[in-house]
Amino acid sequence: MSTRTLGEPVKRNEDRRLLTGQALFIDDVELPGMLHAALLRSQVAHGRILKIDVSRALQRPGVIAAYVAGDLGDYWQHGPVLVPPPPIPGIVFNARTQVPLAKDKVRHVGEPLAIVIAESRYIAEDALDDIDVEIEQLPAVVDLEQGLRAESALVHDDVGSNISAHVRQTKGHYAAAAAKADHILKRRFRYEHGISSPIETRGVVAQWDGRAGQMTIWDTTQAPVFVRNGLAGVLGLNERQVRVIAPFVGGGFGPKIMMFYPEEVLLPWISMQLNRPVKWIEDRLEHFFATTHERGQIHDAEIALTSDGRILGIRDVFLHDGGAYDPYGLTVPINSQCTLLGPYVVPNYDSTFTQVFTNLPIVTPYRGAGRQHGVFVMERLLDFAAHELNIDPAEIRRRNLIPPDAFPYKNEIIYQDFAPLEYDSGNYEPVLDMALEAIGYETFKDEQAAARLAGRHLGLGIACYVEGTGIGPYEGAKVQVQSNGKVSVATGIGTQGQGHFTVFAQIAADQLGVAVSDVNVVTGDTDQFYWGAGTFASRGAVVAGNAVNEASKVVRKKALKLASDLFECSEDDLVIENGKVSITGIPEKFVSLGDLARQANPMRGAVQPGTEPGLESTQYFGPKMGATANGVHAMIIEMDPQTYELKILRYVVVHDCGTVINPMILAGQIHGGVAQGIGNAFYEKLVFDDQGQLLNASLADYLLPTALEVPRMELSHTVTKSPLNPLGIKGAGEAGAIPAGPLFAQAIEDALDLKARGVELTEIPLSPSRLFELTRDLR
Amino acid sequence: MDTDDHDISLQVNGTTYRRRVESRLLLSDFLRHELGLAGTHVGCEHGVCGACTILFDGEPVRACLMFAVQANQHRISTIEGLAAKDGQYHPLQQAMHDYHGLQCGYCTPGILMTMSAFLDENPSPNEDEVREALSGNLCRCTGYQNIVDAVLAAAKTMRG
Amino acid sequence: MKPSAFKYIAARSLAQALALKSEHGDEAKFIAGGQSLIPTMNFRLSRPAILIDINAIEELAGICPAAATMRIGALTRYRALQRDPVLARLFPLIGEALPHIAHPQIRNRGTIGGNLAHADPASELPAIALALGARFRVQSSSRERWIAAKDFFVGGLTTDLGPDEMLVEIELPLPQPRTGSCFLEIARRKGDFAIAGVAAMVTLDARDQCSDVRLTLCGVGEAPVDASAEAAALIGQVPSEAAFRDIAASVQAMIDPGGSVHAGADYQRHVAGVLTERALRTATERVPYGH
Repeated sequence: MSTRTLGEPVKRNEDRRLLTGQALFIDDVELPGMLHAALLRSQVAHGRILKIDVSRALQRPGVIAAYVAGDLGDYWQHGPVLVPPPPIPGIVFNARTQVPLAKDKVRHVGEPLAIVIAESRYIAEDALDDIDVEIEQLPAVVDLEQGLRAESALVHDDVGSNISAHVRQTKGHYAAAAAKADHILKRRFRYEHGISSPIETRGVVAQWDGRAGQMTIWDTTQAPVFVRNGLAGVLGLNERQVRVIAPFVGGGFGPKIMMFYPEEVLLPWISMQLNRPVKWIEDRLEHFFATTHERGQIHDAEIALTSDGRILGIRDVFLHDGGAYDPYGLTVPINSQCTLLGPYVVPNYDSTFTQVFTNLPIVTPYRGAGRQHGVFVMERLLDFAAHELNIDPAEIRRRNLIPPDAFPYKNEIIYQDFAPLEYDSGNYEPVLDMALEAIGYETFKDEQAAARLAGRHLGLGIACYVEGTGIGPYEGAKVQVQSNGKVSVATGIGTQGQGHFTVFAQIAADQLGVAVSDVNVVTGDTDQFYWGAGTFASRGAVVAGNAVNEASKVVRKKALKLASDLFECSEDDLVIENGKVSITGIPEKFVSLGDLARQANPMRGAVQPGTEPGLESTQYFGPKMGATANGVHAMIIEMDPQTYELKILRYVVVHDCGTVINPMILAGQIHGGVAQGIGNAFYEKLVFDDQGQLLNASLADYLLPTALEVPRMELSHTVTKSPLNPLGIKGAGEAGAIPAGPLFAQAIEDALDLKARGVELTEIPLSPSRLFELTRDLR
Repeated sequence: MDTDDHDISLQVNGTTYRRRVESRLLLSDFLRHELGLAGTHVGCEHGVCGACTILFDGEPVRACLMFAVQANQHRISTIEGLAAKDGQYHPLQQAMHDYHGLQCGYCTPGILMTMSAFLDENPSPNEDEVREALSGNLCRCTGYQNIVDAVLAAAKTMRG
Repeated sequence: MKPSAFKYIAARSLAQALALKSEHGDEAKFIAGGQSLIPTMNFRLSRPAILIDINAIEELAGICPAAATMRIGALTRYRALQRDPVLARLFPLIGEALPHIAHPQIRNRGTIGGNLAHADPASELPAIALALGARFRVQSSSRERWIAAKDFFVGGLTTDLGPDEMLVEIELPLPQPRTGSCFLEIARRKGDFAIAGVAAMVTLDARDQCSDVRLTLCGVGEAPVDASAEAAALIGQVPSEAAFRDIAASVQAMIDPGGSVHAGADYQRHVAGVLTERALRTATERVPYGH
């Protein structure tokens, strides 16, 4: 009986604790003598700090300490640039990073001014009112175009402008291509992505044990290893004195990988000052300002085509709202720049972007990480081209797809992993065909016409995308068979619901012939695994998964070698399954893995020089570049032509992420991504006024989709294995969220005949009210 | 400054607790930090996300929208009391496991409490009714589909 | 987001609650369901020094049909209203509006009195109460008075309640025979604040001509809007599509919506008209035949 588990919908190892309320989340950490923190945050988006006086706060009973920037001494410093600018010729990058507590200036609403430590969060919040703050308000930079004008206020005075970065990347020669084009169209697009808003906000607990010289930090981070290294450095401790634990995390989606958030930097230092554990839990109001955002871009894009709709080239100039600081470099706009190319042949490409400093919270990747913006531009350009050239929208896409024999397909421009963008593998046309078939594309026009006779307005949208996933640098895993026969796997990344405790167990179980439930996976504890980068960019399964596979393969080999010595036979005559190694065809001649593990760590005798004790191995995997997944989404909606309310009738996803480890978990990732895409396209909008105040900072007014807004989704997939890793897998975490914008735009235009009536949808998010505004001149 | 403290006595998952609490202590904080029943999660503290949903005298309510003092002499059920004492799952817990109705698990306790009460009152719901009942609980991970399937499956199991 | 400190008193009787409110005036707030109050306290937008908990005052809850009226205690939970079969039969307008109020967990706790006293401009029940011609019984330690709904809602989050008064009961006149009603609402998600809501009641006589009509709106002004005068054009006629359209246009002209982060004022005005037409049409269709 085989225990192959790779590719099976194995149920999750981690569920019991979560289902019974026994899993440890950050706010569940309770330590004796623990104190609680609250931060005083700027109420203005831009200002000069004249005074912050905490003396009255210190007098409140129950308040233990209060700190402002000056109290931190040498510890106060700017955070590091986490992602340096990529090696692109001519790049301009003005690095300005965040600080633990504002000094001299505040640059966005919510920027921390002071931190109070008290016996309870209730008292700490009371004490915030005691703090005397005077800030001279300055005009806020909110609008991207105005922010680049000479007369604009400056977010960072010493930069001399609000340019955070300027990047131009080209492939081929656009101008020459455009000169030969039959058809050119130009449009301006505005795309805003929203905030991650996981149901669990952020939190940090820091516990300094002065006697042991040990710092333990619980943190809702997606990157515990980097956080450990960075904090050890600034705290003046050895890395081994610092343990960072990412417990169960209630949703990450990207912003929890931003590092050296002020609170992450402050809490450990404070714990050392007070020699007591300290806890900070972000409340929902804070989350709107204190955790990073994604926001908007403005694109002026031009596409040159032949008369039969083939793309000759694209030129795109865009502005990207980076927020007040740019610690995360250019990851988001580079993703936009690269992902715009999509699954299409684009022989000539000229893309320029300016990342603008604004007096708004920092922008770092959130599920999709800028890909949405690029996909919106490309898909909309193709839709408008299809309309102007009188070509069917699915057909124009088909004509431009990269053919299956063209891989690896070089797109030349530099991607977020600093290597020239190269699609490792893909077979795009079958994915499009499956989506068209599933949504009933052929017959939809008739259904639409019949529905219209009955007064119902149906519309269809279809969108294609390519998603770069699984980038380096590397991840590692330690796999060990224990003497009780159970397997332990440890890796350095963190987990925020993606099922790592099951998926990595499946990979190990597949190699070691044990039950998935007998594999215990530890993630996110730097004492359990020292090295790694983190969970981001749809790379967990690919990179850490492959590391688990490599380590498991070595352990398997060790087990077979030991057993072959024991049975005095060849390794080829052995089989591992059900936790035992036995001679093929003679099942009664077996030794359990647990026994082998014990024998590998003898109490007497000798271990050969050059070998290691135990049945364990630590291996690393670093792909030379990212693997490219792709997909097509299709949707049918119904619109109320008078109220512009929208209902999704059908939603189809066809997706290719190479080898599938666990189809149940994969489907869950797609479902969740689609839900966030729906939120992004039609419900979630950050509404700032012109002074940088967020007007809808609550879940009552920032609208996350509920079970009534997210439809049933129909999923299917194809498998084009990645040649870049032995398991052939590609990442899948972000895919669901990426193409919703153009999908909604296209479907709404279709339902309301907008293009024929002279209205094009060139912005996201949309809403009934916005659609009313955009169409009012038609009445 | 003296705090406004009150003695309260309440039943949680069948056990009676007597405590002295400050009047402004939210029920969610009381359950989590005073009683150590941290399975009830806090997501927003303004009554929208539903992560903190518990049963108050048998009915789902937001624990973040009550003060602990208001629970005096009342009966509360939390996630810790949903499975049987021997660990056997409530049919909803089993179904959520079978249908992959949870990813990060943070919203899950609130959903389990809401839907267990819903199924007790509505043994044969259709999908629309399930989605309506679920609409007061936000999930950012699952897209709800598997949760809906889990609830429908649990309903079938519970009907026997 | 923890509330600021307050003194808490669990009132054991109505007399005690009213006496406390008289003593402390605006420094004290009643807490019933708390579903509107506690969020504002957690945001520290509201910082009452004293909270008088009235949840134990059983006499304040209950649904009591009387000869010509229905009397509903202010402390009656939304959930109880949803489940009462008599209420559902006699006042389908209430039954149609209740599912739009937040979500089940909120409805288990929130009360009709709390909703009306809070008077959120987007709230459905004030507009429903206005449409139904409700009267409110209001008490203080020293006196009791009755206020018509139209006089109760003064402005956004503002009612006629004095600093020492509590809304204790809502009285609804029984509907006339041959009356059909309809409540429609537009919100971004079900349960969210109304962008516009319309309550319509149409009464027909033996010749199917309209003998009475009530039309109110929520979400399009500081207070619920009574547009019954605009709808009076129906009276004496057999209601027609053209009449519905004209009334919708008058309603659009008379309202002054303020816009919000969710919808522009012009959109609110536009859909108020659309819903008016639809609500009048459906209310008319729902008028029972004969007597």
